[in-house]
Amino acid sequence: MATVHYFASIREKLGLSTEQLELPSQVDTVNALVALLIEQHGSSWEEVLKKSSVLVAVNQSVVSFTSPVTNGDEVAFFPPVTGG
Amino acid sequence: MRSLKISIQEQDFSIDDECAVMRAGHKDIGALATFTGLVRELDDENSSQQSVSSLYLEHYPGMTEKNLQEIAEEADLRWPILDIVIIHRIGELKVSEQIVFVGVSSMHREAAFAACAFIMDFLKTKAAFWKKSITENQERWVEAKNSDAKATEKWAETKHKR
Repeated sequence: MATVHYFASIREKLGLSTEQLELPSQVDTVNALVALLIEQHGSSWEEVLKKSSVLVAVNQSVVSFTSPVTNGDEVAFFPPVTGG
Repeated sequence: MRSLKISIQEQDFSIDDECAVMRAGHKDIGALATFTGLVRELDDENSSQQSVSSLYLEHYPGMTEKNLQEIAEEADLRWPILDIVIIHRIGELKVSEQIVFVGVSSMHREAAFAACAFIMDFLKTKAAFWKKSITENQERWVEAKNSDAKATEKWAETKHKR
């Protein structure tokens, strides 16, 4: 199982803050995970997760969408940060 | 770096108390620079419209603390720092409330001033916090600012390891 978190505007648009899902062996990159999420949740997720400004972290480090993911990972999608 | 305190909290903080704790028992501190960020009534992007009544701050538990730790460690590589305190509040914060505190102590002012500014610039662009601006009749997630990204980039040019 992988854990996926959604934050801020992305969490609100998707109406979900966290979920757990079993990654099939062919889902081995962030891009493949995004495709799986769109397939499972519907095309409304595509415009949210495919927006060019969206950032992804795997195991709490920001990575590129071509980076590997595997079961056991913690993945998070969020917009550019705006603290302070 | 002798000590580092990172706190992400809902409750308010006291600048006086934080400074007193940083100073207590340390005769080697010659400079203590602090920055406090407050909730401003007028929103840059939206100034012709309604005044902000509050902000809502969200973070990524675990990752945000890690981000702040890394920022403090990077500052420590650049300047001779004694102690660092970083406090960031989350949840709903009304106009004029305190959002963030950064305190840096060192022997001399140059390191304290520079490290305090460095930590704030990186906190704004690298630490996992998100801010929603709330007015009387609308809520809007704040967009990341280009000026903040530029402020972070300028430190790459001035990178001088001590």
